[in-house]
Amino acid sequence: MRNVFLFIRRYFTFLSFVLLQVLALSMLFRYNKTHRAVFLGKANEITGYFNSQYDNVDDYFHLKEENLRVHRMNDSLLNLLHGNFMQVDTGSHVITDTVRYDTTYMVRRYLAKEAKVVANSINSQKNYFQLNRGSRLGIKDNMAVINSDGSVVGQIVGVSENFSQVMSLLHVHSTVSAMMKKSRNNGRIEWDGQSPLYLTLRNIPKSDSVVVGDTVLTGINSYNYPPGWMIGRVSEVVEDKSTNFYVLRVRPFANFQNLQQVFVVENLQRDEQVALDRATQKKVDDFNKRKLQ
Amino acid sequence: MNDLLRNIIRFVLFIGIQVYVLDNVPPLHRFIIPVIYFLFLLWLPFSIPRFWLLIIGFLTGLTYDYFFGSPGLHAAACVLIAYFRPFIVNILIPKDTSEFNYSEPSAKAMGWAPYMVYAFALSLLHHGYLLLLEWLDVGNFLDFLIKVVSTTAISMLLIITAEILFPRRLKYRTNTA
Repeated sequence: MRNVFLFIRRYFTFLSFVLLQVLALSMLFRYNKTHRAVFLGKANEITGYFNSQYDNVDDYFHLKEENLRVHRMNDSLLNLLHGNFMQVDTGSHVITDTVRYDTTYMVRRYLAKEAKVVANSINSQKNYFQLNRGSRLGIKDNMAVINSDGSVVGQIVGVSENFSQVMSLLHVHSTVSAMMKKSRNNGRIEWDGQSPLYLTLRNIPKSDSVVVGDTVLTGINSYNYPPGWMIGRVSEVVEDKSTNFYVLRVRPFANFQNLQQVFVVENLQRDEQVALDRATQKKVDDFNKRKLQ
Repeated sequence: MNDLLRNIIRFVLFIGIQVYVLDNVPPLHRFIIPVIYFLFLLWLPFSIPRFWLLIIGFLTGLTYDYFFGSPGLHAAACVLIAYFRPFIVNILIPKDTSEFNYSEPSAKAMGWAPYMVYAFALSLLHHGYLLLLEWLDVGNFLDFLIKVVSTTAISMLLIITAEILFPRRLKYRTNTA
């Protein structure tokens, strides 16, 4: 026993070094292994406080670009106003007597909430940014984050009371379902961790006639992202010789450097979709097991 | 100003500059990543016990990690350089302590050449280990090698700049404490 104590005393520094290394590495690998970056709530609140203080000043430097984005978004919405349209055939005038159809027919699927980016990074291979809205205002994991001009920028991966962490599209573990605007072919958007100016679009079949400049939208194969929002524009077409698919370099519409005001979009039916997915998977597994017996 | 207060102010400044200045610099190239926060550990006084050096290293790394969004990554690298710092210091400062009576490492205290070796060795350790951990997770080997060289070079540049811009008033180590 005495020797054990002597040993500990002799190698105390080395042992504490090993202990701290193990602690740090376990934090790293436990929290960062999957794309879910877990942030201890308290730490998130503290860094959030400092980041919003800094952001108060930093905002003034991006006002011009932000204003332009908001103005463009307003412009696109203005053109959707009901008053802009008229019926071509003036002879047939539709008069709605009572309610035209069942009002319960329309169900809201996506709900957007505004939020503001307080801290941002694009230099790392795993980029996150922080929003000034948290669980108190109903932000939850897996919600999509959309820039003020309507281009997709990321998804929520961690929430504390007043702040939330977003995994940017510029994250090596980020995968977003995407589709070509013209052909509606579905693929997935990834990032190779190199230049923040380019994303990679995979799984678009070679039968699709892709040209440089084609627009890429969010796809329909996603529970998190509402379909049809802009992601970027094809800037280079690479034919992967070994497969039947293109590898497309996509220039994102969002400028990740100066994100400011964003929208957090919730899929209100996500839980139902996920539950259905799981139930189906279970049924299929059970069926296969029975078949084997 | 006593050592504790001085180092607390330094800690805040280094983390602040790293998080709000260097991390917000528009990227010139994907290999150019300016990192300087660990200079805080390099500037700590010689007299800190090794155990406390490790603890301070861990806390420094962890604080930066929470701003950076990767709990444990920088903490691991900082603990590593905090562990190796005393060995490197022992090799580089003169054995005859009666001649040597500065309280913390600096270019003036150790001489430019030994100080540069000290800073270079620890930067290389820090970036090598940090990028190794990152590489294990994702990335390719060539990128890893280039990044180690480039980030170490940028850090050295920043350290030399900091050393020239802010010559610290050197306090002498005394017996009266």
